Order: sequence, then structure tokens, then C-alpha cells
Amino acid sequence: MVTLNLLIAVCLIYVAGLFLVAFLAERAALRGRGGWLLRSPLVYTLSLSIYCTAWTFYGAVGYAARSGLEYVTIYLGPTLVMIGWWWVLRRLVRIGRAQRVTSVADLISARFGKSNLLAVMVTAMAVIGVTPYIALQLQSVTLSVSIFAADDVSSMQSGDLNDYAAFWVAAGLAVFTLVFGTRNLNANERHHGVVIAVAVEAVVKLVALLAVGAFVVWGVAGGLADTISRIDASPIGTWQTGGGRWSALIVLSAAAFVCLPRMFQVLVVENEDERHLQIASWAFPIYLLAISLFVVPIAVIGLELMPTGANPDLYVLTIPLSQGQSGLAMLVFLGGFSSATSMVIVATLALSTMMSNHIVMPLWLQLSARGAQQSGDVRAVVIRARRLSILLIISLGYLYYRASGGSGALAAIGLISFGGVAQFLPALLGGIFWRGATRTGAVAGLAAGFVVWMYTMLLPSFGPDGALPAAVFEQGLFGVSQLRPRALFGITGLDPTVHAVWWSLSLNTLLFITVSIFSFPTPLERLQGAQFVNVFDRSSRHARGWSASEGEAEDLMIMSQRILGAPEAQAFFRDQALQQGRVGRSPAPTPEFVQALERELAASVGAATANAMIGQIIGGQAISVEELMAVADESAQILEYSSKLELKSRQLAETAHELSRANEKLTQLSLLKDSFLTQISHELRTPMTSIRSFSEILRDMADLSDVDKTRYASIIHSETIRLTRLLDDLLDLAVLEGGQVSLNCKTVNLHDILEQAVTTAQASSAREFDIRRQVANEDVTLVTDGDRLAQVFINLVSNALKYCDAAEPELDIAVRREAENVIVAFTDNGSGIPADGETVVFEKFVRLGRGEGDGAGLGLAICREIVTRLGGAISYVPLEKGGRFEVRLSSGHAGKELPRMLLI
Amino acid sequence: MAKTPLFLERQSYRRRRMMDAVRILPLLCAVLWMIVPMMWPNGTEQSEPTSLSHAIGYVFIVWAVGIVATAGLWHRIRSRDDADEARQTEPRS
Repeated sequence: MVTLNLLIAVCLIYVAGLFLVAFLAERAALRGRGGWLLRSPLVYTLSLSIYCTAWTFYGAVGYAARSGLEYVTIYLGPTLVMIGWWWVLRRLVRIGRAQRVTSVADLISARFGKSNLLAVMVTAMAVIGVTPYIALQLQSVTLSVSIFAADDVSSMQSGDLNDYAAFWVAAGLAVFTLVFGTRNLNANERHHGVVIAVAVEAVVKLVALLAVGAFVVWGVAGGLADTISRIDASPIGTWQTGGGRWSALIVLSAAAFVCLPRMFQVLVVENEDERHLQIASWAFPIYLLAISLFVVPIAVIGLELMPTGANPDLYVLTIPLSQGQSGLAMLVFLGGFSSATSMVIVATLALSTMMSNHIVMPLWLQLSARGAQQSGDVRAVVIRARRLSILLIISLGYLYYRASGGSGALAAIGLISFGGVAQFLPALLGGIFWRGATRTGAVAGLAAGFVVWMYTMLLPSFGPDGALPAAVFEQGLFGVSQLRPRALFGITGLDPTVHAVWWSLSLNTLLFITVSIFSFPTPLERLQGAQFVNVFDRSSRHARGWSASEGEAEDLMIMSQRILGAPEAQAFFRDQALQQGRVGRSPAPTPEFVQALERELAASVGAATANAMIGQIIGGQAISVEELMAVADESAQILEYSSKLELKSRQLAETAHELSRANEKLTQLSLLKDSFLTQISHELRTPMTSIRSFSEILRDMADLSDVDKTRYASIIHSETIRLTRLLDDLLDLAVLEGGQVSLNCKTVNLHDILEQAVTTAQASSAREFDIRRQVANEDVTLVTDGDRLAQVFINLVSNALKYCDAAEPELDIAVRREAENVIVAFTDNGSGIPADGETVVFEKFVRLGRGEGDGAGLGLAICREIVTRLGGAISYVPLEKGGRFEVRLSSGHAGKELPRMLLI
Repeated sequence: MAKTPLFLERQSYRRRRMMDAVRILPLLCAVLWMIVPMMWPNGTEQSEPTSLSHAIGYVFIVWAVGIVATAGLWHRIRSRDDADEARQTEPRS
């Protein structure tokens, strides 16, 4: 038989072993060794096993003995969460790392604009929700001790013994947590000692439970088949769970798995590598499966072997004892002890971080006159706050245990605790998936859920006339029967747990969503919301709007030294300066730098406190227009904006291009005008010079013969005629170009016009010319200005007569119809226009080739203007032998009279 | 702004479908665990209630299959992840 003294001795040795392991792990981590183990996915997975507390170790069997398979829901929920890591945990872990989150309260507060109100609410709710859970661990240890001490109770009262055990366990746990939990301030740094001790305890409790299971199945029942038949024959041998309760418990445990502060601590805060999460996604369900595998067999055998009054919560321990297996019983005791202690240590650690960061530090900041700039080491304050919080939380658990008298089934207490922390779920999920979630909505939802939970779950758990008077149970609050704590709104058919979970979570969610929809978030909330929801979107990472001056940078340095410690702060500032390319100087207080510093501080004191401390030094947080725009973006808006920008810049480029083209044209026109003036002056000066010379001769030379006089006078006359013609042409051209010409449109016959043109041209030329025409084709009726058209034809025929350089000059005048157009082609057999002149032949003052012509070079320019006015076109077509001018008269001019043509 | 191409090469395609499976698996397990047991007779109806051993067998077999499937998917994703990382660490032009 195991005596109490032996039990205490083994227990002390075990605890000493744990201290040693934790100490060695801390030392190895300090020296940078043992990373393969300390940072392995195995240790991460095992540390998750703090989910399986003494509630699992003892309570699951008791639960199964009372309600059959229902206990397994508590492990199915977390399994679903782990298998579904991609949905929620992956996101939480990434956000936790990106924002340097220190606790579940910190995450919720940071998401909703670093609101300290929310942080305080969540912290308070967590402390209230988890305190019964800590009490439950103490209760389980004392219960197990009392089993061993059954023989020794003669020496002291059993009640005293229980109190003693509970006190010393609480004290031991407090010491362990104080020693290994507050070594480093940065909550993101792993507590290696704690984590490794938790991992060892995880193995111990699994081995112990599996050992009892194997002993029961193969040692007591006599094999698997026998066990199965005994299960079906037992009082719990049939499926009794109602569907509603079954599903509600799975949902509740899944929610609690994510929201429990200690689970958040190991899942998110202590996570070092996101890949560990992926491995734990299947490894941790294996652990859960193994730990719940033998629960039903143990419960069934316990129901068979143990007397009816025995506490089923202790079957794990009493079965081996009743079979005389003292060694196994001792192992079981250590397993239960491990489950209880690891839970209390991590839960206390998580809660103390929350309390010190969200309650103590803000209070301290408020109370100390100069706040963050006060002298002295803030680190000492934070560590002291954390230590005080640890003591406070463990004391609360102990007091709750004393107050509740250690009564009640373990499973019931655990479920109440689950229901409390599950209230974080809507704000948590809404915060990481929905950008529309607001702080007001979160506060409303949390408050409603918490009040309903207190009223329907926590307070009724103390029994009628416990916390609530019996009258309230029967008639409802203030006698309103709609407000009965176990039948809200008159719904009586539900199981109390399902009822409480349903009402608290649904009212919580409803209020959270409704208030969020109708409230408006602050800029910081929107910024944080965008960063949380789009945590996987690289583009959403942008700097926040702190704007500090160089002078304030020194204050920042002083403050950081006091929180991070002087060497750490100096190293951080040095790194940042290096990143900014400022060697050997302090970093410039850019928004990026201040944000990085805020993150670094947040890892030690929480987002809200860090934000407030920096705010005290720098002043308000300025959020720039760009950042707000990024918040408002939904990234589509940014896309739209940038596409608009692109469009605008394209339009600008086009306008600039057009402008430069117009400028080029203007320059060209100006050049043209200059050359035009030069040409005119030149053309006018040549005849003027001869007129002046000959008129001077006539005036000054008295002895001129009559013949000479006549000759000189006729030269003057012909030059005057040339001048007049030039001026006529110029005027003509100016009128045509100015568009002021009035056309005298009539119905004319092309043949008549050609006839007139050829006759006129031939009359003014002395050359023999062979002009060929196709009279049959020329019979085309046009509506046009016949005189103008004749002018064009005369010009073309005269040009041919003048410039054709063939020995036997020929001119071929052909008329053809092409679709609706009439084309008149003048082809000669000369050498044509030189290739370099083809493009300029229709320009003003262009005279090509031989200079014998007397024209001013305006003929073809006038032709082009006239044909264009008439709605046609004139072009030069170079031929192999000779050249051809084509006059294209557009369709409307041919055929029937069309009144609109008169408008040309 | 670089956009994901509409069609992917075979390996990326396979990886995407693996991720689809990772996403769907918990939903499947949830249906098997939460919906199916609700349909078992629990003694309140006329028919014989389901025996506990039968219920345990069902729950634990789904559990084991779920774990094996998750581990299998993890294994396939992990090997591809490593390959991706190797590709991403190459210097970009």
C-alpha cells in the first residue's frame, strides 16, 4: 500500500525533476543549444496537450460513466479545429506573428483599434471564466491525494488534509510559474523551461492513461472482445445523447480550444514556425485520440467493479488500487498531477500576461504623472505586475476551490469554463475575417454574451439559493417568467448546457454583427482591420502614421531602454539605423521605424499599452490620407484609382503629343509664310527692276531713236502685264485659299469645257502639238462651275504645251468613269516631272526644271485649290514615258442635277 | 500588378487541388461527426437504440481516417512547399 509519505516523496521528486528539466532547457536555450528539440514540432504538439487537463485525466472517465460517449465531444471539437487548421489557426498564427500578439485579449484589442476597454473586458472575462477551471485542477489533485490518504486520515481531519494539499499544490505551482514564467518580458519569446516541462508532463499523462487503459482491457476485462461485450452490457451501453447536446458540445469545445487563454498561448504566442502548425494538425489529433481511447472501457469496468457510491471521476485511480497495482496507481497519480500542474502553469502565465499588460500597466501609466517618460526601469514594474498577477490568479483559483467546497462533478465545471471563454469567438472570428467588425460591435457582443453566460451557466451552477435565489429559478428574474435562467424566453425543452451556449453565443453574435453594421470605426480600427483581414496580402503592409521629430527620438530611446532593457534596446536601434543606412548614429524617427518600435514594445507590454506609451511621447497618431485611402480601398478602389491615373496620364501624353505636333506645324507654317514672302518679293522685284531701268532710260536719254523708244516702252508694257498677271494670280489664290470664292455652279457638259480649254491654250502657244481626244467619252453632264474648271484645264494643257520636251509632242486627253467619279487624264509624251519634284509640284512658286517659263509657279497651286473647292482632287501620276495629270471630279458632279451640289 | 494566370501548369494545379482537399476535409469530418450521430436512434423512438460499442467504433474510425488523410495531405503539400521555397529563394531578375 502506498502511504501518504511515500506519495509526497515521489511527488516532490517528480516536481524536482520538472524544475531540473525546465532549468536545463532554459540554460540550453540561453547557450543556443538544443534548438532541435526545443524548437521541434514534437514539442509544439506536446505543448498543445495542456488542453487535456485533470478534467480529461480524471473527469473524462467520470463523464463517460455518467453520460456514455458524450465525453468524446470535448476532443472532437479541437480535432476539427486542428484538421481545419487552414481556415482559422493558420490565420491566427500569421496575425499573431505579424502583430507580435501576446494574448487573446491583446489580439482582440489590437484588432479593434488597440482598444484598452476591450482588452480589459476580455481579460476580466478570461479570469472569471478560467478561475473555476484552476480550482478544478486543485480539486482533482486533492481528490486523488485523499484516495491515497484514506488509511492515514486518523492522524488528521480529512478536510484539513484536502485544504493542505490544495494549498501546497497552489503554492508550488505559483513558485514554478514565477521562476520560469517571468524570466523574459517579451511574451513572444518562448518560455523554454515551461514549454519543455509541459511537454514532459504531456508524455507522463498520456503514458499513465494508456497504461491504465491497457491494464483494464487486458488485465481486468480479459481482452478486446470481452471489453466490447461488457461495454454493451453496461448501464451506459446504448447511445443516449440527444442530437442537440452532441453537436452543441462539439461546437463549444471547438470554440473553447481557440479562445482559451492557455490554448491561445501555446497555439499562437509560443508558435515559432508556421510549419509546426501543419504537423500538429495531424499529430495533435493523434494525441487526442490516444487519450480518449480507453476512457469508455475504464468507465465501464469501474461501474462494474466499484461500489455504487464511489466517485466515477476517480475510477482511473481507484481501479488499479483496488486491484493491488500500487505502482500503476502511483503512475496514474503522477499523470493526474501532471495534467493539473501543466494546465495551471500555462493558464496562469497567459492570464498574468493579460492582467499585467491590459490592467496593471495602463493603470500604472495613468497614475504615474509623467507616464512613459518617468525615470526608472519599467521592466521591473512589468515583471512585478506579472508576478503579482500570477499570485493573484492562483489565489483566486484556490479561494474558489475553498468557497465551492470542492463539490460538483469535474465535467460540469469544465463546461462552464468553456462556455465563458467561447464568448470571445464572435469577436475573434469577426475580427480576422470581417473588415466591417467594429470596436463598438465587439464590446456589445462580448458584454451581452458574458451577461447571458453568467446568468444561465455560471450563477445557476451554484445551485438554487447559491448565487441566485431559488425563486429566480422558478419564476425568473424580477418575477418575469421569460427570464428564467434555464428557460430564457420561455423555451423549456432544451438541455441547460445547450440552452446556455445557444443563447449566450447567438445573442453575442447577433449584437456583434448588428452593432458593427450600424456603427462607424475609427481610422485606426479600419487600418488594423485591413491588416488583420488581409494578413496574407503583401500589399496591405504599409507603415502607420506616427510622425516623430528628431528630439522625440531620444525620448523613445530612453523609454525603450527601460522596457526592453538597455542592451536590447540599443541593439534594436542600431539595427534600425543600419537599415536606414545611418551608421553609428541613431535611427531617423520615420513612421516605419516608430511602427517597428511599437511592435517590439507590444511584444512585451501588449499592443494597447505600447500604442499608448508611444502616443504619450510622440503625441497623437496621425493617419495620412494615403493610409485612409488604403483602408477604404478594398484594393479594387486602389485598382480603380490607378487605372484612372493611368487614363489621365495617357490623356496628358496624348495632349502633349498633339501640342508638339501643332507647334511643329506652326513652325513649318511660319517658315512657309517667310519663304512665301521672300518669293513674292522676288517675283515682284524682277519686273519692277526692268520697268525702273527702262523708264529711267526713257527719261534721261534724250537722243533715243523712235525704234528704241518703242522697244523700251513695249518692254515696260509687257513687264507690267506680267506684274498684273502675277498679282491677279496671287489674288486668285488668296481668295481660293481663304475660302471666300463664290462658285457659279451650273449644269455643264464636260466636252464643251475641254473644247474651250484646248482652243484657248492652243491659241496662246506657237508649238505644233498633237492633241488626241476621245470625244465619245467626253459627253458627261456635270453640275459645277464651268469657268473655273476650264481654268484648270487650260492651265494643264498650257503646261503640257510649254514644258513637253519630246521631239514630236503629243497630248492625250482621256475621260473615264470610275464608280461615281469622272476622271480626266492629261498625258504627254515628255520626260515628265523629275522624281524629287513630284511631291512639291502643286506648291506655290514651284518651278521645276528649265527656267524658260515665264510663270510665277502659281498655276498648279491655283489648280489644286480650284479642284479642291469643286469637291474633287488633282494628282500627278508619273509614267515610264511622260507624265500624267489626273483630275478627279467627285460623283455628285456627274450625272443628274442634284440641288445640293449647288452648295459647293 | 502581376496577375495569376488563368491556367496553371500541372504541378501548381495539383497543389491547388491538394489545398482544396485540406479545406474540405474538416467540413467532411464535421458532417460525419455532427450530423450522422444525430440520426442514430437513442432509445426515445420505437427502434432499438444504437449500441455504445457501435457508436465508439464509428467515431474512432472516422477519427483515425481523418488523421491519416490530414497527415497524407500534409506530406504532399510539404514536399511541394519545399520545392516552392527553393524556387522563391532564387534571385529574381
